[in-house]
Amino acid sequence: MKWLFTGTLSLLRTLWIVFLHSFRKRETVNYPEQAVELPPRYRGRIILTRDPDGEERCVACNLCAVACPVDCISLQKGEQEDGRWYPEFFRINFSRCIYCGMCEEACPTSAIQLTPDFEMSEYNRQELVYEKEDLLINGPGKDHDYHFYKVAGLAIAGKDKGRALNEQDPIDVKTLLP
Amino acid sequence: MSWLTPQVSAVLFAMFQALVILLVAVLLGAVMTVVERRLLGLWQDRYGPNRVGPFGSLQLVADMIKIFFKEDWIPPFADRKLFVLAPAIAMASLLLSFMIIPITPGWGIADLNIGLLFFLAMAGINVYAVLFGGWASGNKYALIGAMRASAQTLTYEVFMGLALMGVVALAGSFNMRDIVQAQEELWFIVPQFFGFATFLIAGIAVTHRHPFDQPEAEQELADGYHIEYSGMKFGMFFIGEYVGMVLVSALIVTLFFGGWQGPWLPPFVWFSLKTGFFLMLFVLIRASLPRPRYDRVMSFGWKVCLPLTLVNLLVTGAVVLLMAPE
Amino acid sequence: MELAFYLSGGVAVLATLGVITGTNPIHALMYLIVSLIAVAMVFFTLGAPFAAALEIIVYAGAIMVLFVFVVMILNLGEGAVAQERLWLQPRTWLGPSLLAAVLLVVLVASLVQGGAGQFISGEPISAQAVGGLLFGPWLLVVELAAMLLLAALVTASHIGRRPEVERWSESKGRRPGAGRGKGNGGGR
Repeated sequence: MKWLFTGTLSLLRTLWIVFLHSFRKRETVNYPEQAVELPPRYRGRIILTRDPDGEERCVACNLCAVACPVDCISLQKGEQEDGRWYPEFFRINFSRCIYCGMCEEACPTSAIQLTPDFEMSEYNRQELVYEKEDLLINGPGKDHDYHFYKVAGLAIAGKDKGRALNEQDPIDVKTLLP
Repeated sequence: MSWLTPQVSAVLFAMFQALVILLVAVLLGAVMTVVERRLLGLWQDRYGPNRVGPFGSLQLVADMIKIFFKEDWIPPFADRKLFVLAPAIAMASLLLSFMIIPITPGWGIADLNIGLLFFLAMAGINVYAVLFGGWASGNKYALIGAMRASAQTLTYEVFMGLALMGVVALAGSFNMRDIVQAQEELWFIVPQFFGFATFLIAGIAVTHRHPFDQPEAEQELADGYHIEYSGMKFGMFFIGEYVGMVLVSALIVTLFFGGWQGPWLPPFVWFSLKTGFFLMLFVLIRASLPRPRYDRVMSFGWKVCLPLTLVNLLVTGAVVLLMAPE
Repeated sequence: MELAFYLSGGVAVLATLGVITGTNPIHALMYLIVSLIAVAMVFFTLGAPFAAALEIIVYAGAIMVLFVFVVMILNLGEGAVAQERLWLQPRTWLGPSLLAAVLLVVLVASLVQGGAGQFISGEPISAQAVGGLLFGPWLLVVELAAMLLLAALVTASHIGRRPEVERWSESKGRRPGAGRGKGNGGGR
């Protein structure tokens, strides 16, 4: 018979505790009226950034497209006269994207980044396919100082081999011959 | 105005009363669907529906429009006649029970001398709505829901009647007005506490409210007996459940909490305040208690509540006999 | 009241006809429920509201539920309907209906002889009066019925008992064996 009393008391206590929730603060955010506070590292709409000099960061290495689990990124490499690589087109199908952030992790040049923006609904599904001009922004994004060509060994116009940051001059292997 | 004899005007007034009470009961049931969602939101630290109209006040209208315009689909494998009949039984039997509830000294439809028994009879009829609805749907989940519902309702109706007999013994009448008047000095909640407790439990079980909602059990049975219903037929089941809630609340108030009686305020205000309190309690119970396993529900009914009501009735009977003037 | 009596009586007769001629078992049961409610209404019009309420609570509300319950579980399909059709051939129902007709004649004759000139009316019999009668002159019958029910209860309890091994659902709970048997003992 003891379980009956303890059980009843426990039920009444539950009722009381739930009733006390009337005076709690509500957790819901009234979204359209009230802005949502998103953390800066929230994974939302994808952008392509530029380096501090204002040049495109993307070098069309295709690592993001490979890393993407849903294959929503597609791009094609192009080459400028100065030797820089760039994507001729860069297309992200946001109706497939799952915002996993693997492209961002894979990117060697910090070009592709995810932003805390999720308000990208469209009435037409085709509108969700973002082209390069939709993705590219005028700024370095989260990575303010990183400049890929300044640290990479690739020679481009105005920066020869061995001129990059922390890079030694290339060694002429033929001088090492015995 | 020669035709407006006192007799005719009395009949007209009675019809007016009946209509008003019917409308209020149905409307209250409909409003409770929204109020419940708001209250559940409150108790779960969220808002509930607050988009339609100021503070979500027009949510009910939106729901009504939606449910009226839904396709009223009857499955080809269903038993057509019973399928259509079941929601009507659900609604009608509960609405008929409102007949016996005296709201104020002057308001109330029928003054039956078997008042309480009429409610029990209607509750008995109400089982068929679930039973036929579940069977006629031709769906195994619906059938399981219907079987659970009927077993549960039968179990709990047995001691629901017995729980009320203590009140009847104290008041010496089945008539609801007599019962209310007998509580002038002391509400029956005090001498009939166990009757109240068991009736509350039985009331929750008979209206299939949480935590006794095994017949519906969204998670296991995908809505149980009304799984195949859509449109207004589903609406009748749905509103019927809330009408049942209002009915049980009103009955508890009438039988155990002195009905319209109370100091200072007018009777109607007292009655609605008390009824509102029990409606809130129903929602609070839904917000806090989990659903027990099905065999536990049955064994709780037979092994705890039934003996409790029988002992309660025995003691009440003995006390009434002892106190009776020879 | 007289009109109500004849109306509900007619409904009862028609519904009972529906029970006999219906081929779908559930529909037949539905008619039977309607018939019982109609009979309850007849009681009501005759001034016995207590009996009417009990008729609905006990017969329509409890016993018929069990009937419907069982028929539902049996899962009767088209075969049952066809079989019922077969049974509705004249040579099947002619005999019983002849016998029933004889009974009807006897009933009508005795009604005409004994009850001619009486009208449908009556003082409402309150629940108190019924209780007084039950526990006054008819106390012995009530006690006998109670004994019979008690015996039925004990039998049902015995048949429904399972060996301890199978009671895994009980023994897994927090209260092994608690409340068992007390349910029957507490109330008697």
